[in-house]
Amino acid sequence: MKKFNTIINNIITILFLTTGSLHSAETTDPIKVDWSFKGITGTFDRASLQRGFQVYKEVCSSCHSMQYLSYRNLGEPGGPEFTEAEVKAIAASFEVTDGPDNQGEMFTRPGRPSDIFVSPHPNKEAAAAANGGAYPPDMSVLVKARKGGANYIYSVLVGYEDPPPDVKLDQGVYYNKYMIGNKIKMPNNLVDGLVEYADGTESTVDQMAKDVTTFLAWAAEPELEERHRTGVKVIIYLILLTILVYLSMKKIWSRIDTEV
Amino acid sequence: MNKEEKKVKRRDFLFTASYAVGAVGIGAVIWPMIDQMNPDKAQKALATTEVDISQIEPGKSITVLWRGKPVFLKRRTPEEIQEARAVSLDDLPDPQKDEERVKEGKDEWLVMLGVCTHLGCVPLKDKGDYNGWFCPCHGSHYDVSGRVRKGPAPTNMEIPKFEFVDNNTIKIG
Amino acid sequence: MSEHEYVPKSKAAKWFNDRLPLLTLGAHLTDYPTPKNLNYWWTFGGILTFCLITQIVTGIVLAMHYVAHADLAFGSVEHIMRNVNYGWLIRYIHSNGASMFFLAVYIHIFRSLFYGSYKSPREIIWILGLLIYLLMMAAAFLGYVLPWGQMSFWGATVITNLFSAIPLVGESITTWLWGAYSVDNPTLNRFFSLHYLFPFLILGLVVLHIWALHIPGNNNPVGIDIKKPSKDTVPFHPYITIKDAFALLMFMIIFAGFVFFSPNILGHSDNYIPANPLVTPAHIVPEWYLLPFYAILRSVPDKLGGVILMFSAIFILFVLPWLDTSKVRSAVFRPIYRQFFWILVIDVLMLGYVGAMPAEGVYLVLARVGTIYYFLHFIVVMPVVGYLEKTDPIPMSISEPVITGGAEPSLARKLNEKV
Repeated sequence: MKKFNTIINNIITILFLTTGSLHSAETTDPIKVDWSFKGITGTFDRASLQRGFQVYKEVCSSCHSMQYLSYRNLGEPGGPEFTEAEVKAIAASFEVTDGPDNQGEMFTRPGRPSDIFVSPHPNKEAAAAANGGAYPPDMSVLVKARKGGANYIYSVLVGYEDPPPDVKLDQGVYYNKYMIGNKIKMPNNLVDGLVEYADGTESTVDQMAKDVTTFLAWAAEPELEERHRTGVKVIIYLILLTILVYLSMKKIWSRIDTEV
Repeated sequence: MNKEEKKVKRRDFLFTASYAVGAVGIGAVIWPMIDQMNPDKAQKALATTEVDISQIEPGKSITVLWRGKPVFLKRRTPEEIQEARAVSLDDLPDPQKDEERVKEGKDEWLVMLGVCTHLGCVPLKDKGDYNGWFCPCHGSHYDVSGRVRKGPAPTNMEIPKFEFVDNNTIKIG
Repeated sequence: MSEHEYVPKSKAAKWFNDRLPLLTLGAHLTDYPTPKNLNYWWTFGGILTFCLITQIVTGIVLAMHYVAHADLAFGSVEHIMRNVNYGWLIRYIHSNGASMFFLAVYIHIFRSLFYGSYKSPREIIWILGLLIYLLMMAAAFLGYVLPWGQMSFWGATVITNLFSAIPLVGESITTWLWGAYSVDNPTLNRFFSLHYLFPFLILGLVVLHIWALHIPGNNNPVGIDIKKPSKDTVPFHPYITIKDAFALLMFMIIFAGFVFFSPNILGHSDNYIPANPLVTPAHIVPEWYLLPFYAILRSVPDKLGGVILMFSAIFILFVLPWLDTSKVRSAVFRPIYRQFFWILVIDVLMLGYVGAMPAEGVYLVLARVGTIYYFLHFIVVMPVVGYLEKTDPIPMSISEPVITGGAEPSLARKLNEKV
């Protein structure tokens, strides 16, 4: 048994040491941020989520869709938790295409909480055409869809730099030290003071990048807080039951001479 | 002997506790498997439909879809309203005044779920013995107020929650 | 066995039991004499049953919300995660459950290899187990395609293209599998249908697997035949059930850790990008549990050769009971084979590791070395070592570890440790 454990441990050590050394190569490892939603009891910072939504609405949403979110999500527990009235106002500030009406025509109306986030472009092709041929990915699950998750998204947002002299960039391509391959078609959209935060927080590039990343992390995993809470309860429960069953087992096996 | 008894007691307690705690866990696991079949968050959010009623002539009705069910919107003529109000409550299997089934001051508008309360079929309009609706499935007759008069249906057709947004628009839900 | 004497107490029960002997079956399962020295490696059978039931139950539930259409599948999974009541929980249990299932099945298989459980008279149990394992791999692969992410799509493309290696009819078979000229909506639809079917085939095979097990009874760490029932055995209930329950709970704690605290760590982030037939992800890998075979596939520079070798790696296990020439079952008494067993474990882990790495340079070399050893182990080591090895003395029974022929104190101690 002991021997087996040592072998497993050795294998794990070897595997992880080797993988560690493999990552380096071209791109810089993402910056490690101490997110509030990290760890087994992690939760989102509500204020940051609300600010992040503002950044998304004012900056990102002109190119990126978030088609798996609805406005009602903004008021649900575990998210930005806007009030019901705020959610209604946010939804109503968007124009939603609905229909057909009884004449067979499509029409627009103010959004309702049950509507999905309005996309900036009618389809993928239109989105690509409007952005120099590069489709700005839907951001609903972006944090889960990138290796490195929130750290990676944040790093890319703050990772714009002048290219090193040996790197030639085409028109509409930018240099980013954290982007895989270092070339990105999204320009650096964040400048200090770009948005005016409702809560008076100073909108530095770093602040906006952190807020919008927090927002995107929630968008990708809206169940995170409930999951963490449930998880802690489940594990405590399982440990308790395991102890009870272990003691019962010892009792039962004590009837015969063999050790369990 | 005493010692033995104590031992047995402790063992019994252990087993009972294990079973009890285990049963709680199984219950906690079964609930999500059941609850997942309930309407999901998106379904619950789709609560309202707005209907334009400006084109409906007196005596005519339209049918719209709300939460997957037909809703009848009927603009009743004064005669029809009178007819509905003349009925004695004693003649009704499910006694209810016509006034209770419409919005005050908007007596001409009857808004109700077009679902037979017997087994859920959609009744046909302007049919039946009472100038109202007739359910083709099992022969329930409804009057011009949507109240059951004859047949196996136990209750009147249901009035959903609705409001007049303005004179030409009704919001259902 | 004791079930022959079983007579239900009440008249009604007897009436029923005479017509359908379910109560006799229950009594048999309860009293089933089990070696009392089974260690915790033997609890994985029960754990695997739990895994199968979990996958079936959560899978049926997910199928109530999932839409098997190329345009809607990805969105329907997000719908499950966001809108369906407890949908996130059920889906994460199902997706991590697949990994936990394989973790358990690999331990189960290696336990069998160590203690010689595949040897006579348990060959049929072993072969049924391998069939279950094959179906599991198929079911897992089919299931991985359903979310219709990038890894789903390209995994499906690569795996179905394996069949194009078959001479002459390969292309037609691939097209037939697809129902289109590439992996497309018809493919997704049939994969969903089959993914729903396979677990029930597995369930049927599991019944046969357990039935076949109950004929000779369990092997045990000492690997000797025992009289049943005797003082070497205990009734299955409550002794084994409680022990299985304890082990299962430990397993569930790890399972819950994945589900609640890192539900995506065993998956690949690219699968959260919707399938795009125009772009292949830079680095495509199968799920971790298929990696050793993937390494074997890639270790051969020839298309057909790679496919043949990969399938051989599984099919060679079917003849294992006849490749092993040793008269002794348990590796506890086989000092030489025991070393090779651990080499095989390390070899398979290494193959899994290089399967996740790019197929170039040192990884390719390691993949080739690993593949060669894998086959040598079964074709050469098992027959030759079994024939030449001088095994340690074997005890007469479990309860009396009397060593036949010259008892050595050190060995007796070691035995007691294991038993």
